Amino acid sequence: MKILVAIKQVPERDAQISIAGDGRWIDESDLNYTINEPDAYALEEALQLKDKNGGEVVVLCAGPERVTSTLREALAKGADRAIHIEADDLGHRDTLGLAQVLAEAIKDESPDLILTGLQSDDLGLGQTGVVLAEILGMPHATIIMQVEVTGAGLKVKRELEDGWFQHVEMPLPALLTIQSGGNKLRYATLMGIKKAKTKEMKTVQAAAPAAGQTITLERVYLPEKQKKTEMLTGTPAEIAAKLVEKLKFEVRVI
Amino acid sequence: MSGILVLTEQRGGAWNRMSFEALAAGQQLAARLNMECSAAVMGSDVSALSNELAGKKLAKVFAVQHTLLKDYTSDGFITALEQLIRHVDPAYVILPHTYQVRDFAPALATRFKQVLISDVIAIHDGPVFVRQLFQGKLNADYKQTASAPCFVSIQAGVFRAEAVEAGATTVEVFTPQLEASQIRSKPGEPFREAAQTVDLSAAQVIVSVGRGIGEQENIAIVQELASALGAELAASRPICDNGWLPMERQVGSSGQTVAPRLYLAVGISGAIQHLVGMKGSKAVIAINKDENAPIFEVADYGVAGDLFEIVPALTKAVVAAKQ
Repeated sequence: MKILVAIKQVPERDAQISIAGDGRWIDESDLNYTINEPDAYALEEALQLKDKNGGEVVVLCAGPERVTSTLREALAKGADRAIHIEADDLGHRDTLGLAQVLAEAIKDESPDLILTGLQSDDLGLGQTGVVLAEILGMPHATIIMQVEVTGAGLKVKRELEDGWFQHVEMPLPALLTIQSGGNKLRYATLMGIKKAKTKEMKTVQAAAPAAGQTITLERVYLPEKQKKTEMLTGTPAEIAAKLVEKLKFEVRVI
Repeated sequence: MSGILVLTEQRGGAWNRMSFEALAAGQQLAARLNMECSAAVMGSDVSALSNELAGKKLAKVFAVQHTLLKDYTSDGFITALEQLIRHVDPAYVILPHTYQVRDFAPALATRFKQVLISDVIAIHDGPVFVRQLFQGKLNADYKQTASAPCFVSIQAGVFRAEAVEAGATTVEVFTPQLEASQIRSKPGEPFREAAQTVDLSAAQVIVSVGRGIGEQENIAIVQELASALGAELAASRPICDNGWLPMERQVGSSGQTVAPRLYLAVGISGAIQHLVGMKGSKAVIAINKDENAPIFEVADYGVAGDLFEIVPALTKAVVAAKQ
């Protein structure tokens, strides 16, 4: 079984985000980047399926030169090959434009299964996987917790709201978006890191956008406070005393 | 091409509560743009639900009915809704940002060469659609630049279901062309992992713990604070994923929705999926090391500091105050 994992590189979760001078995106200098967390779970699911059923895991990432470090880490964890789609203008491509780039880059791969995270930590649109499936004409399922290969195809466990789940059966090839937390993530071993250096990383150029963007990000800004937050400061004992005052006289729970 | 079409959601004849929030959003956008607002409900027999919608202020209600729409499948819904949208030809399609919508709406938009503006938290003149970036650390204004239809999904709790205006309109039954062979996936019955024995929604005081706690054994200090306050202990998703606390104590879109008198968040950054589960709390206190954490956006009182120093001190002070 050939499994393709579409990965995004995003700023680290605890990164200090500041807004760029033009107010249209964040200041990207001095940021540390890492694999988008749900995509790390998609990679883990792919590696576990390979451990169980054999086959090949190919990782795919679009972005500037810096994303190759994330691809290299995926190779160190056990992916067999990597495809880097070189593109410096992803900020000017919407989800449809990006999905078209991904579809173009993998058209010769014919994977049995495509996995990706359910959404990205930066934009959070949660759509690239579903749109890619639609472009490729594959069935898809989203917010997946478990994947089981059956004779006819797949049986997946899909998360619904409020603690409900559902099993869905579907034929291959298919695309799944993976929820975080379903598996324990593996670390790269020293041997894995060493082997990753010899694994294939193919670079392809992103095709020029076929059409303009259908939606545009006009402006980014700090959220207006929904509430006026009173920040309490002091030593831990002083803060505790202030909180107890609030609990007694404002919130009235003690 | 004009008007607004709201796509509601039901399962087994029961509404998804977010349907009416999307309907309120649709009515308000219609008033802003001086357009008509219509709504649709999909299923195998939705006559009762569509009649209920006919009692709202709408231009028309579409009962999208087919035996193959009884259980949700992405293929069935995308195929049927593509036909409905071509028939109605709206300028805007408004959906609730449910898990089901996340499953089909991006592909539905693709059929029209559009991109869904997902998880919208506000609509301003323009119209400008506001959504959150970086798990809520930043907001962003989005605009549709292509021609209609513009697809928009609305975050839970942003619009009030009670704000839906009443009226009287007619129901049009719409029967999509749908074949069993077009539906490639086979959905199973929804199920729950275990009986829910903890009803957090009834709790008056909740102390909730998140990633910042670091290790499972550290949860004890938060448990002590909860006991001192007579509170239920809850958690954000990563804590339950790790198995540090049972899933039934999870607050957020995939867990329980709570509205206590006090929600005390310890080491919780406040990802969107968590905030939608607790933003109805009357008072929120947040303790987090990162002063820029989104949890402080919804907190009445905030402490930017080391929870390992502050939580034990607070427990001690609460115990002393109660004596």
